[in-house]
Amino acid sequence: MSKLFPKSSNRLPLQIIIFLMVFGGVATAGVTYYMTPKYTRVGYAPVQPVPFSHALHAGQLGLDCRFCHSNVEKSGHSNVPSSQTCMNCHNQVKKDSALLAPVRASAETGEAVPWVWIHATPDHVFFNHAAHVNRGVSCVECHGKINEMDVVAHAKPLSMGFCLECHRNPETRVREKGDIFNLDSQTIAEKSGVEAGLKFISDWKIKPPESCSGCHR
Amino acid sequence: MAHVESSVPVPAILQEVKPAVLPRAILVENNRSFAWITDKICGIIEGKTPAWWWICFIIACCVASFTVAGITYLIATGVGVWGHANPVNWAWDIVNFVFWIGIGHAGTLISAILCLLRQKWRTSINRAAEAMTIFAVVCAAIFPVFHVGRVWYAWYLFPIPNSNWIWQNFRSPLEWDVFAVSTYGTVSVLFWYVGLLPDLATLRDRFEAAGNKLRSFLYGLFAMGWRGSNRHWSNYEMAYLILAGISTPLVLSVHTIVSFDFAVSLIPGWHTTIFPPYFVAGAIFSGFGMVMTLMLPLRAVYKLEDLITQYHIDCMCKITLATGTMVGYAYAMEFFIAWYGANPYEGFTFINRAFGPYAWAYWIMITCNVITPQFFWSKRIRANTALVWILSIFVNVGMWFERFVIIVTSLARDFLPSSWGYYSPSIVEIFTFFGTFGVFSVLFLLFIRFLPIMPMAELKAVTPQADVHGGHDQR
Repeated sequence: MSKLFPKSSNRLPLQIIIFLMVFGGVATAGVTYYMTPKYTRVGYAPVQPVPFSHALHAGQLGLDCRFCHSNVEKSGHSNVPSSQTCMNCHNQVKKDSALLAPVRASAETGEAVPWVWIHATPDHVFFNHAAHVNRGVSCVECHGKINEMDVVAHAKPLSMGFCLECHRNPETRVREKGDIFNLDSQTIAEKSGVEAGLKFISDWKIKPPESCSGCHR
Repeated sequence: MAHVESSVPVPAILQEVKPAVLPRAILVENNRSFAWITDKICGIIEGKTPAWWWICFIIACCVASFTVAGITYLIATGVGVWGHANPVNWAWDIVNFVFWIGIGHAGTLISAILCLLRQKWRTSINRAAEAMTIFAVVCAAIFPVFHVGRVWYAWYLFPIPNSNWIWQNFRSPLEWDVFAVSTYGTVSVLFWYVGLLPDLATLRDRFEAAGNKLRSFLYGLFAMGWRGSNRHWSNYEMAYLILAGISTPLVLSVHTIVSFDFAVSLIPGWHTTIFPPYFVAGAIFSGFGMVMTLMLPLRAVYKLEDLITQYHIDCMCKITLATGTMVGYAYAMEFFIAWYGANPYEGFTFINRAFGPYAWAYWIMITCNVITPQFFWSKRIRANTALVWILSIFVNVGMWFERFVIIVTSLARDFLPSSWGYYSPSIVEIFTFFGTFGVFSVLFLLFIRFLPIMPMAELKAVTPQADVHGGHDQR
């Protein structure tokens, strides 16, 4: 025996157990932190072809979200505005700015400005913007305070758990109709308590699906 | 009690009971010594790899490659490559899963229940039967894991917190299956490994004496410093007993839960309370069939007739006979209840089973499972090893068909006649299942080449000369 294994090998089982516990703990913590959407998605802020500032347009100037994203209330898809929308103002305001060259080019040729898509839902998820904004869910719930962002960044994880948290407790998240597009507003629950939120849910017949086929159709 | 002469009448009972002394079967024949047992079992590992082993191993690897091919194609393409379609959405995958899981049960029964019941004949076959259990669980696990299609999501089977907030449905017997089978696999491995410890140490010492440093190091690593001290043996016996205690309910629970996959549903032919005991009996039946299929050739090849005696074969045949008859009784009882319960759907299902489109499978099942074991009543047949081996293969075939009949006939004729169908497996399913025999054989061949196929230490304890009263009258 002693020829085969040194005496220190008596400690080996304990060392292996401790190693496995530490390794398992580190691996679990690492996966939990680095491999979930809270890390992989949040903070994604790609460089856009035009340095459009939401903080300037939606924040300082106070443009309504729907001024540009005009179909959000009517369509499942919230549209990115065409360059025609930009040119409505920018044919007068800063009409010679070099930064706006891609917009002018787009308006002339009809080729879309190659905006980089940030809030992409997976192909197997069905998400309807109109269904949400017409039932008390503000833009800010999923997109964060866009009106304070110079460069739009992915603010919320948009994981399935993120969706379900609200689908299971909508009363804490809904806003009055006038507050949907006011990104600085408070939820009903914050203003007047969860009871008011529950009443709103009941009055507006808000029944967010929790079944698989609610979103995975 | 001294009898005093008195007028008190002597009660009309026997003064003394003299039970007939039944001779105990000798478990190791020809008065073999301890050293002979060690040399015999270790010799299998220490000797040169026989040519037949290489031939079998290469064939087994080729067969196993069919599973690899089937699974690779499945992952690359999707579960649609299997022949499942409405209404038969469960077919060969679960048939093969239940088939392999069932086979494992003999190993656990031999190691746990026969250990607690002090059936000493188990010692010759328990090591190989436990190995068979583990390898059968490996083969069984292939099917539920890969039937999810996107196999990288198989971890969804386990309740691991995740950012999808997906949680398992603990009311589903399929989820109970996950725990039943994973517990079963874990306990079986532990039981097998604990039992191996003293023998691994023996091999370590023998290889060290022979100067084979590498193998002595490897066996020594897995022997975990076993020196055979009193304290080691005391801990070993206690650990073994505890594991036997834990495994005993598993023999019953695992296949009970597997049967719940069906019994808890509402499909006629599945929704019956007889399923748990019927499945457990069937599992032990199929397991003993497989044990005999494996052990009888091993006995012949390695000349182990002194260790696996005719008495052992008799015992295994009798258990096969008993459980096979229970299974036959269950088949009859299903029909009786279908008639007695007067449920037209239930009645139709069973008539359809025996005379419908899958009647061929039903009658193969009846022939193999009900008629085959009845041959074991005959002592002459039990003594004919070649015939026993052939009958054991029929048991294996029959039990596969039992699962096929239960699962497929019930689904192919469900409540809606408009959706009735006839299921046939696709070539991918056939490849995958055929290959699992190769996977099993590869593992089993590696086992018989590198690990002691019988527990040497325990065998020595059941030899005639280990009996402290050897030769004396025990009264």
